[in-house]
Amino acid sequence: MRTELRVNGVSVKVEATPDTPLLWVLRDELGLTGTKFGCGMGLCGACVVHVAGQPVRSCVTPMRAVLGKSITTIEGVAGERVGHAVQQAWLTLGVPQCGYCQAGQIMSAVALLRESPRPTDEDVNSAMAGNICRCGTYLRIRAAIQHAAEQLRSTP
Amino acid sequence: MSRHEGSGANALTRRAVLKGAATLGGLALCLRESGRLAWAGQAPLYGVAADPGGAVDNPLVFVAIHPDDTVTITVHRPEMGQGIRTSLALVVADELEADWLRIRIMQAPADESRYGSQDTDGSRSMRHFLEPMRRVGAAARMMLEGAAAARWGVPVSEVVAERQQVLHRGSERRLSYGELAEQAMRQPIPEPQQVRLKDPAQFRYIGKPSTRSVDGADIVTGRAVYGIDTRLDGMLYAVVARPEVLGGKLVHFDAQAALAVPGVVRVIEIRPHPLPAQYYPLGGVAVLARNTWAAMQGRQALKLRWDDGPNRSYDSRQFEAVLQRAVREPAKVVRNQGDALTALRQGGRRIEAEYYLPFLAHASMEPPAATARIVDGRCEVWAPVQAPQATRDLVTSLLGLKESDVTVHVTLLGGAFGRKSLPDFAGEAALLSHAMQGAPVRVMWTREDDIRHDYYQAVSLERLEAVLGATGMPLAWLHRSAAPTENATFEAGAEGEDQTEYGMGMNNIPFRIPNIRLEIPQVAAYTRIGWFRSVYNIAHGFAVQSFIDELARAAGRDARDYQLELLGPPRRIDPHSLGDDWNYGESPRLYPLDTGRLRAVIERATLEARWGRPMPRGHGLGLAATYSFMSYAAAVIEVQVGTRGEIVIPRVDVAFDCGPQVNPDRIRAQLEGACIMGLTLAMYGEITFNEGRVQQSNFNDFRVLRMPEAPREIRLHLQPSSFEVPPGGVGEPGLPPIAPALCNAIFAATGRRLRRLPIGNPLSAREA
Repeated sequence: MRTELRVNGVSVKVEATPDTPLLWVLRDELGLTGTKFGCGMGLCGACVVHVAGQPVRSCVTPMRAVLGKSITTIEGVAGERVGHAVQQAWLTLGVPQCGYCQAGQIMSAVALLRESPRPTDEDVNSAMAGNICRCGTYLRIRAAIQHAAEQLRSTP
Repeated sequence: MSRHEGSGANALTRRAVLKGAATLGGLALCLRESGRLAWAGQAPLYGVAADPGGAVDNPLVFVAIHPDDTVTITVHRPEMGQGIRTSLALVVADELEADWLRIRIMQAPADESRYGSQDTDGSRSMRHFLEPMRRVGAAARMMLEGAAAARWGVPVSEVVAERQQVLHRGSERRLSYGELAEQAMRQPIPEPQQVRLKDPAQFRYIGKPSTRSVDGADIVTGRAVYGIDTRLDGMLYAVVARPEVLGGKLVHFDAQAALAVPGVVRVIEIRPHPLPAQYYPLGGVAVLARNTWAAMQGRQALKLRWDDGPNRSYDSRQFEAVLQRAVREPAKVVRNQGDALTALRQGGRRIEAEYYLPFLAHASMEPPAATARIVDGRCEVWAPVQAPQATRDLVTSLLGLKESDVTVHVTLLGGAFGRKSLPDFAGEAALLSHAMQGAPVRVMWTREDDIRHDYYQAVSLERLEAVLGATGMPLAWLHRSAAPTENATFEAGAEGEDQTEYGMGMNNIPFRIPNIRLEIPQVAAYTRIGWFRSVYNIAHGFAVQSFIDELARAAGRDARDYQLELLGPPRRIDPHSLGDDWNYGESPRLYPLDTGRLRAVIERATLEARWGRPMPRGHGLGLAATYSFMSYAAAVIEVQVGTRGEIVIPRVDVAFDCGPQVNPDRIRAQLEGACIMGLTLAMYGEITFNEGRVQQSNFNDFRVLRMPEAPREIRLHLQPSSFEVPPGGVGEPGLPPIAPALCNAIFAATGRRLRRLPIGNPLSAREA
């Protein structure tokens, strides 16, 4: 089907069957390859994007479920204050190793900080439990989330 | 870890032939015939000289200075998360006196004759290229100084390069690198012995904590390009149904339903290469489509019938029994000192134990993926590969092309851990593009493909026997290690570990034990065995470091004191004297096994962890220390075991000595990552086979550690950086001590001795 999606604030035309997972629409049709494939079963979090502000696993979200909703990917998340702060914290603390899972990690972290500006360690662990990092950057991610939270609190 | 054997014929002499002017627009320093380091006359060859590609230290191959005063540094080693694009470049930039903010990075395509060895495994990049890259930067700096001196008509001794400029000491005149670039190109390239390296005290970037990563900004904004991200005009997306059993063949397939899936373009059979598997594609049926989803749907609709072939009955449970029989019988002796068999018979306190490590999958977050295109008989490949030249060789041979007609572009690797040293997936892309008359085709493996068709870390059963003397120290030590060899992936019928495999932490144990006997049973492989981060050190480290803990307990001694006594006073041991004629391919003179350094990391880790401190109920501390890839690592893990066996890790202390530190923050990152990966394999890592098929498929049944289970704290203690010793490896050596330190800690906490990985979380009831 031909339809329109709203991605990173822009309306884009796509052609895909309605059951096509959003991940492949973003990557193959729109060329937004920052969102990654990791498992195809909603197990690893590499494909997390925001739909109407909520983190979703785009590999198991059919396109028909996001029609008319606003979609944000890693390529667009810098446009919001929390997104930018999280990206900067990732750089400041040198989080990425291979970097492949980090788009999903960042999208999950941004969603957490939007809801919880002062997350406890438990909040962080549970919000990030769905994101796998095989390089093992978990401790730096925890620290970077707290760093971003502090930055966001200290700058109006 | 390399497949390639050393070859003395590679010792070419350095050539200094200028090829002519730059052909790339804006490049002031031009390229010339690559010169190789002169190692001629030295036999045998060690280190990078023994690698087929050798080392190249020609500045014109790696450095281009542009009129706009920017500098392009070519990095020839693939980036898989170890930070090598930053680390090698900062070495060049430092010696070059370049400004880091003006550096651009170019990733070299596969071409070992031009760039030297690109085979990125074995924790060798910095070990083998710190010195050549220092010479590259220093030689380019001297050429800039020479150009400035010539321009001003002053002796070169009066000029000095500093922060992207050359200045004349007498007159305070200055010229920027950009202004000098063109003239510098025509300067003679200094001979290696004339290259003046910096005094380490003058380093600006080497060893400093905060050099900006060259890829970080692209990664956090989603712009970084991995193998799976290649996009070409008209590109088709392919997924492949591969034989479920290694060596299986297609008997029949029906593509009708697959072709009916909207978007599916073609269904193509890939014929399997006869075993041994080597780097070749596994064969099967490929579905090519206009997008990934259609290809995946099409594959699901294929009707396939296989002949499972010779490995159809392989069962890893039964194979465990085979390994068990093998380690309980005499086997090929690979080190024999004194008379361990007699000493073991003669009495004293006798301890024996067997330790099991299952097959492991790499499960890099980016599954294998590669793209190929053929235009006018020339094939281009884009692939996330650790072995670019092997990839090029494979494509050359599969397509029957000349090497010069095959270009392999190396993308970023979304994790690799050894999997992407074996480029079968790039071969698939090349074959499919060829079948489509050269149309661009990208092959992507799903997670299920990745888990089921990996080149696995070998299963291993380790048997140890010791007899303790009156002092509690061992009089005799017998170790049998039964594991399929990685060689079986390349040679039919290869059995048992070879010296590069038992040379990883089994024979090179520097303990003061009078009678030592090491044996290797000959066991076969029934699946593709590959290299996994730190390789056979995982099984050997787990067994040896667990067993020492068991001996210490049996002797009623503290585990740290016991291990230090086993090591004895600081000594530099010639690895040959330990029966180790391999030594990771390094010179035994440059890289002796230094028990002083091993002692020091044990002392440091235990000191920092406050070894011996009182523990709350259910808590325990465990220690393990390993020497691998020329580096020394010790880990102390604090564990808390709940009443239902649930494991929490409040704290890990790791002390590490890799000699000189180039990029300390990335060393720390590698150690953190190795710790997480070591905990993952200790708790969850297991691939099993039934009827020749891998029984796991995705992250639901091949579990990896997630954030809530990660240690609350990992404290890293780097020994002081020293340029007095040659560099050790960084990517792998942090991994081997983790599993034994964890299991020793669990013993301390609970009295349960875990000899079988994975242990599960919560601890499984199953025990060795």
